[in-house]
Amino acid sequence: MKRIRRAFISAAAIALCVLGGPALAGENFIIVQSTTSTQNSGLLDDLLPRFTAMTGIEVRVVAVGTGQAIKNARNGDGDILLVHARAAEEKFVADGFGVQRFDLMYNDFVVVGPAADPAQVGGTADAVAALRRIAAANAIFASRGDDSGTHKKELSLWQAAGVDVSAASGTWYRETGSGMGATLNTGIGMGAYVMTDRATWIAFGNKGDFRILVEGDEALFNQYGVIMVNPARLRSPKIAWSRAFMDWILGSEGQAAIAAYKVDGQQLFFPNARRGS
Amino acid sequence: MQNFGAAFGDAFRLLGGFDPALMEIILLSLRVSVTAVFISALIGLPLGAILGVSRFRGRAAVLVLLNTLMGLPPVVVGLLVYLMLSNAGPLGPLALLYTPGAMIIAQSILVIPIVAALARQTIEDMHAEYDEQLRILGVGRWGMVATLLWDARYSLLTAMLAGFGRAVAEVGAVLIVGGNINHVTRVMTTAIALETSKGNLALALGLGLVLLLLAIVINAAVMGLRATAARSAHA
Repeated sequence: MKRIRRAFISAAAIALCVLGGPALAGENFIIVQSTTSTQNSGLLDDLLPRFTAMTGIEVRVVAVGTGQAIKNARNGDGDILLVHARAAEEKFVADGFGVQRFDLMYNDFVVVGPAADPAQVGGTADAVAALRRIAAANAIFASRGDDSGTHKKELSLWQAAGVDVSAASGTWYRETGSGMGATLNTGIGMGAYVMTDRATWIAFGNKGDFRILVEGDEALFNQYGVIMVNPARLRSPKIAWSRAFMDWILGSEGQAAIAAYKVDGQQLFFPNARRGS
Repeated sequence: MQNFGAAFGDAFRLLGGFDPALMEIILLSLRVSVTAVFISALIGLPLGAILGVSRFRGRAAVLVLLNTLMGLPPVVVGLLVYLMLSNAGPLGPLALLYTPGAMIIAQSILVIPIVAALARQTIEDMHAEYDEQLRILGVGRWGMVATLLWDARYSLLTAMLAGFGRAVAEVGAVLIVGGNINHVTRVMTTAIALETSKGNLALALGLGLVLLLLAIVINAAVMGLRATAARSAHA
C-alpha cells in the first residue's frame, strides 16, 4: 500500500513540475494582429526579434486572414493591426478603432497554375483578361473564400472581369475558406489556378509543377498597411510600447529590415512608408 | 513531391538534435494538455462517480447529454472560450486570451465530459457489484463515491488517457484561443498546421510523428506506473 502511495505521489510530483513550470515569456509584450502572408513568408520571424532586441518589447503575432484580424482588433484583442485591405483598414480607423493608417510595404499578387495551363493564360500581363479566360474555359480556380485581403482583391478582379463567381461556386470556382498556404495546397492538389501574394508563393515549399502564369499587372499591386489600435482601447503600458513599435517599423531601421529580408535571393516585401504624409 | 522518407528524416533530425524550438513546443504541448487533464480529472471524476451512484428523475437525459458532450467540436469550444476571454467579452479583464491559460481552459472543457462519462460507466458497474457490501459496512453516499473512485483508480487512468489523447491531438480550439504565437502559445498541433500551410509537408508530417511518439511515451509511462502499482499491491 505504501509503495502504491509513493508511486502516486511521485506521479503527482512530476505532474506538478510540468504544470507549475516557469512562465514562458516576459510580460512586456504587444500583440500584432496580422495576416498569414507576413507570417508564412517568414518576414515577421525575421523582423520582430530585431525590434525586441533593441527595445526589450516582445511582439506576439496572431496570424489570421485580414478579415478576422480586423474583427479581433475590433474586439480589443490586439494592439497593432498589420494587414492588406486598404478599404477595410480605412473603415477600421474611421469607426474609431484605430489611430491612423500608414502605408508600410508592398509586393504584388500573382496567379499560379499547373504547367499544362488549361486556360492558356501563361505570359498574360492583363490579370482581368486572364481571369476572364479561366472563366470561359471553365478551368478550376481555387479561391481563399475567407474574407481575407487576398480574397477581397481577387473578388474585385472578378468583378472587373464581369464574371459572377458566386454563381459558379462549387463548379469550376472552388472556395476553400482557408488561409493562403492551405488554399495553395488544395489548388495544387486539384490542378486549379490560384491567386496568391508573391511572398507566400516564393517561400512556399509544396509547389509541385505549378508556376507563376500571370504577373506584372498594376491591378495586382498589394499594399500592406499598419495601424495602431486606438489608445482609449488599450491598457496603459501597451500604448507606449505600441507607439515604439510604430516608430520603429515605419522608421528607417524597420524599413531597411523589411527590404533586407530575402528568400532564395529574392526580396519579398518592398518598404514604402511615408511617415507624416 | 515530398516523401515519407524525408518526413522521418526531418523528424528524427529535430528530435535527435534536441532542437530548442521543437523542445519548447513539445514542453508547452505537454504542459497545456497535462494540466487540462488534471483539471478535468478533479472535476470529471467526482462528477462521473456521483452520477454513477445516484438515481434521480431525468438522469437518463443527463447521461445522454454528457455522452453527447464527449463529441464537442473543438472549433466551437475555441470560439466560445474566445468570446468569453476576448477584451470585448465578460472575462476580458483577466487578460487570458492568447496565453497557455486560455488553451488549458479550452482543452479542459473538451476533456471533462470524456473523463466524466467514462468514469460514470466504470463507477456505475462497480457500484452494482459492491453496493450491498458497502451498505452493510454502513458507508454513506460520499464515502461510497470516494471508495469506488479509489478502487477503480486503474480503470479511471484509462479514462484520463482518453482525455489526454483528445487534448493533445486537437488543434481547432487552441488555434483560436492561443493564436499559435511563436514561443508563447505554439503547440505541436498548431505547429503542424502552420508547417502544412507553408507547404512544408514533410516537416509537418515529421512533427506529426514526434507527436505520436510523445503520446506513446505518455501512454507507456502510465501503463508502467499502473503495472508497478498493481504488482506491489499484490505483493
